[in-house]
Amino acid sequence: MLSNKFGRFTTLTAVAVSVFGTQLAALADVTLSGAGATFPQPLYERYVREMRKAHPDIKVNYQSIGSGGGVKQTIAGTVDFGASDAAMTDGEMAKVRGGVLLIPTAGGAVSVVYNLPGIKNLKLSNAVLGGIFTGKITNWNDPQIAQANKGVSLPSGAIKPAVRADGSGTSFIFSNHMSAINSDFKSAIGASKEPKWPSGFLKGKGNPGVAATVKQTPGSIGYVEYEFALKSGLSSASVQNGSGQYVAPSLRSANQALADVQFPENFRAFDVNSSQGYPIVGLTWLLIPKTQKDPNKAKAIKTMVKWMLTSGQQFNDDLNYTSIPSSVAQRAIEAVESGVK
Amino acid sequence: MPTPTKDNLARRNRPSKNDRSDRLFRYLMYVASGISVFILLFMGWIITGHALPAVKQFGWGFLTSQDWNVPDLKFGALPLIYGTIGSGLISLVFAIPVGLAVAIVTSEDLLPHWLRSMIAFTIELLASIPSVVFGLWGFYTLIPILLPIQQFLHSRFGNIPLFSTEPSGSGLLTAGMLLAIMILPTVAAVSREVLLVVPNYLRTGSMALGSTRWETIFRVVLPNAFSGIIGAVMLALGRALGETMAVTMVIGNAENISPSIFAPAYSIPAILANTFAEAQDDVHVGALTYLVLILFAITLTVNVGALGLVRLVERGNKS
Repeated sequence: MLSNKFGRFTTLTAVAVSVFGTQLAALADVTLSGAGATFPQPLYERYVREMRKAHPDIKVNYQSIGSGGGVKQTIAGTVDFGASDAAMTDGEMAKVRGGVLLIPTAGGAVSVVYNLPGIKNLKLSNAVLGGIFTGKITNWNDPQIAQANKGVSLPSGAIKPAVRADGSGTSFIFSNHMSAINSDFKSAIGASKEPKWPSGFLKGKGNPGVAATVKQTPGSIGYVEYEFALKSGLSSASVQNGSGQYVAPSLRSANQALADVQFPENFRAFDVNSSQGYPIVGLTWLLIPKTQKDPNKAKAIKTMVKWMLTSGQQFNDDLNYTSIPSSVAQRAIEAVESGVK
Repeated sequence: MPTPTKDNLARRNRPSKNDRSDRLFRYLMYVASGISVFILLFMGWIITGHALPAVKQFGWGFLTSQDWNVPDLKFGALPLIYGTIGSGLISLVFAIPVGLAVAIVTSEDLLPHWLRSMIAFTIELLASIPSVVFGLWGFYTLIPILLPIQQFLHSRFGNIPLFSTEPSGSGLLTAGMLLAIMILPTVAAVSREVLLVVPNYLRTGSMALGSTRWETIFRVVLPNAFSGIIGAVMLALGRALGETMAVTMVIGNAENISPSIFAPAYSIPAILANTFAEAQDDVHVGALTYLVLILFAITLTVNVGALGLVRLVERGNKS
């Protein structure tokens, strides 16, 4: 009886000591909180998990609240870093106290998916894409569509475009590309996270919403991230790149296109109508305020960026994201090393 | 139950030893009801504050403009008001007859008692299903069932404006029908309670005068329960107007006004759920909160209208 009590006492002490011990260790840790884009969320989750092995003292909480939310929170200063698929505009950047750095971490392709039973490998020219998404081409048997698809019997039926209901980086990447290839689209709709689509377009929330809508609606066409298009088993169209070739979306063709991108001083590369590879690609950025409240956090952020752009990049491939070319990554690391305080 | 003797009645009026706890209890009730009123006013105040930039910029024109253009920060609420009220009305068209039928069947002695309570219980069970489940069910099950019917109607009667859009599954009609299923338990359960309290002597009296059962139900029981049934319908309409998740999934989310019930539309709660988190500009946030005020106003109008209708009918009955 006595020994039993004694035993319980010792375990209790042991538990208390160990709890206290981990708390002490936790106090020495740095916790970075970030929020923003949903698109890179699986990747950032993986980064966070893997980085824990290399840097156990840095803990990162990433909340995928959407690109718009990421920009908003970065401006409000409620997070240590933000994330967005649409680079911040000059106006937004000016609002961040002490300035902000945009660091690209990964890229991805946006697939044009459609629901036409029995038709695989549809080819859509720039003019046709523009016509469909400005609401001018409305029937699948339009001669302009048939032009690029010789030998395919296209059905007669209304084209039902499906787009994003929420503000999103995917919409930005898509509408930005469309504006680059089609002047009608540029003047009627333009590049935006939440473009003004013609009335009557179906809208779904998030990539899953659009993918599900396209899957459910015969005759529909929409755009979703490459990864989602793969997962949902939808047919993806081949589109024309800068040199006029028809290219189907794939990780390889997206990487080819991104290798072609010229990154300016502030890494804000927008116009990605590459002459090689799959042209509808975009980048996702970390938004890093230059002035950090806590020197420990500044140090941790530098470590995090460095890790993500070097060791981290190997996971991009695994998860179907494109990687950042190493020369660009090097420049970005230097910018953070010298810029963040 | 003790019969009220003189002694009992006297005790009720005497200040009891528990007087202090009585008072405490009363104050607690005051505070509780005060808090709920305060919360409503507080919310109204905050929402009005956020809506102010849009109210200033667009004024009453917001109610009649059809343009919802985020990049240019031009906003108009008409398509959203149309979608909200339209889907609500369609839901009533389906839910009132079915709900009333359920209420009549389960309150009159047409069926054996065990069967009646089973039907009533099953319908009420519908109310406990989360709306997101309704949405998923609507999207993946209801749409594939409705689509061929809609396509048939469109191909046969496509020249009637009501069916003039080529159906894509999601749309105003689909949203209205899903809402009808969701509000059915409210209509049925509340109407049933109301019908059950219609005094039995009215039924027996009516039958004694030679009415058939149906005459009794339609000429005596239902008119007697009218105000309660209106209450049930308004309660249901309130739920339909405010429903978010399920509607978002099946309405098509397009700011669109069309005479066709197959065309996609957009409701106020749905656009709030979809775009509020990403809204950045003050005017954009303002326009969305302005929509909240409009939804408040619509619900208020519906309730006041219902009250007026009940008064009117009651006055008509008396004269």
